[in-house]
Amino acid sequence: MGYKAISSLLLLGGLAFGATSQAADMPSGQMLGNTCAGCHGTNGSSMGPATPTIAGITPEYFVDTMTSYKNGERESTIMTRIAKGYTDEEIKAMANFFSDKPFLRQAQAHDAEKADFGRKLHKKYCEKCHEDGGLKADEGGILAGQWMTYLNYALDDFASERRETPKKMARQMEKLQADQGDAGVEALVHYYGSQK
Amino acid sequence: MSKFNRRDFIKLTGSAAVAGMVVGFPQIVGAAGKKVVIVGGGIGGATAAKYIRMADSGVEVTLVEPNADYHTCFMSNEVLAGERSIDSIRFTYDGLKGHGVNVVKDTVTAIDPAARTVTTAGGQTLSYDRCIVAPGISLVYDSVPGYSAEVAETVPHAWKAGPQTVTLRKQLEAMPDGGTVVIVAPPNPFRCPPGPYERASLIAHYLKNNKPKSKVLILDPKDKFSKQGLFTAGWKKFYGYGTDNSMIEWISGAAGGKVESFDAGSMTLQGAVESFKGDVINIIPAQRAGTIAQTAGLTNDAGWCPVNPKTFESTVHAGIHVVGDASIASPMPKSGYAANSEAKVCAAAVVDLLNGREPGQPSYVNTCYSIVGKDHGISVAAVYRLGDDGKIASVEGAGGLTPGDASAEMLKREVTFAHSWFQNITHDTFG
Repeated sequence: MGYKAISSLLLLGGLAFGATSQAADMPSGQMLGNTCAGCHGTNGSSMGPATPTIAGITPEYFVDTMTSYKNGERESTIMTRIAKGYTDEEIKAMANFFSDKPFLRQAQAHDAEKADFGRKLHKKYCEKCHEDGGLKADEGGILAGQWMTYLNYALDDFASERRETPKKMARQMEKLQADQGDAGVEALVHYYGSQK
Repeated sequence: MSKFNRRDFIKLTGSAAVAGMVVGFPQIVGAAGKKVVIVGGGIGGATAAKYIRMADSGVEVTLVEPNADYHTCFMSNEVLAGERSIDSIRFTYDGLKGHGVNVVKDTVTAIDPAARTVTTAGGQTLSYDRCIVAPGISLVYDSVPGYSAEVAETVPHAWKAGPQTVTLRKQLEAMPDGGTVVIVAPPNPFRCPPGPYERASLIAHYLKNNKPKSKVLILDPKDKFSKQGLFTAGWKKFYGYGTDNSMIEWISGAAGGKVESFDAGSMTLQGAVESFKGDVINIIPAQRAGTIAQTAGLTNDAGWCPVNPKTFESTVHAGIHVVGDASIASPMPKSGYAANSEAKVCAAAVVDLLNGREPGQPSYVNTCYSIVGKDHGISVAAVYRLGDDGKIASVEGAGGLTPGDASAEMLKREVTFAHSWFQNITHDTFG
């Protein structure tokens, strides 16, 4: 039996089958978001180690990130090529899709001592914006439980200006570097990787 | 679409639903109790099964697959190179069972599009409202005269990962230093367009570290291949490509690379111009859609399945969808990522159709990594949409290859991203 037959029966019954209501010529956020899962994991929770989990991040951060890839402000291996494939409306639809999904964490090998030191450094240098130990996503990405390889790439990109560092963050990172050196940055990554 | 009649409807949904509808409660007719039978548990079939269940747990999904587990073709070249174990590319169907998929270990022998039934070698007849056929490829052995399924036991194609991957790995291990490995590349179209060239790269990588006097020779019926510029740049960097001492040599069709016959006894391949002897020979023959697609009459003259790209419903038989390598989804390649992406479009369409909704606009992606040497990965990506002409079209200005001037850091990252991609796509498909 075809869907047309069912549709007409439903019309006869006077029922609206409420599911899909997006513009007819645009894929839904779910349809678009599902295409990302091959690299970023089902519903945006990555199995790691280098592709970040993108579930649960704010729509603003998602849109900012995709837009900066799309217009070349942020460098990457492959995302600069992929982001150009979507309209601004499609990026917004994907942003809403992923922001509703839970950020699922996998256990990561980490050094407990470094993670403990990182927790203290986080409080001092990062907590003001990345609240709740990096669990909250108001000011940017979710750091708690993010993949460590990705975090190292991101920090390296900030340091080597492949990605623009927000002013407040640049100041804090400079202080951290001056006080603790690379070991401090490493400890932070172990702290975020240790969170479940 | 087949004609709707009352008898079919009773058969498909059970009389309770019909009774409900007759007395005017059409909400009973959701997709609850609707049956989807999926033929084949590779990337396309497994993804479709999982995503249908995720979208609508009222749909009964049965996946019929002859094997108890699946070895991914992607990353099998790392097994050949000794970089990973065969078990690391093996996946079971336990994850799908966890999503409520009924997994049946059997071989589908016939599909009746009129009766909407699938018949198995084990004697089962399964009825369906919608069928998804995802049989992957079948190998056209006689595209290389002298090659056959029997010969392939000792001269493996290893183009379906599993026991043949292990055989080929053992032969590479046993080969003395100074030996020649010959890879016979297939004509277009075929599964994993960069695959033969990544295979040459990773075998050379193994030989360079273990048997440095050895060589890899690629005999190709074609005059160009996927990611050619990036591969040859990597081969120059790692394997002396283009020099007298190159570990990799590629002979194009124009240069006599097309193999006209093979003699297994003397391990000799007869080319158009000269003959070639190999110590280890890997013949990747021509390909077409998996056998059941042909038996069920879903293929065109070229041996592949034409589909409506919005739903992946066969344009030959209504009610049957075809995804993955067996389908014609050009310009999407026959890749694992494409099969995964097509299966999601198909799953969404099937769920819409079973719920009496018009399928929504599709969106598709392909991402494909190849590892050329130590800390040196390359990729190609594309975003696709359905064009106004009803055909799949690559979004202009998006996608493309790793830039030719990519830094060492970025090439190194692409290897890590390739491994992350593997972790994620296999979990997205089977997890």
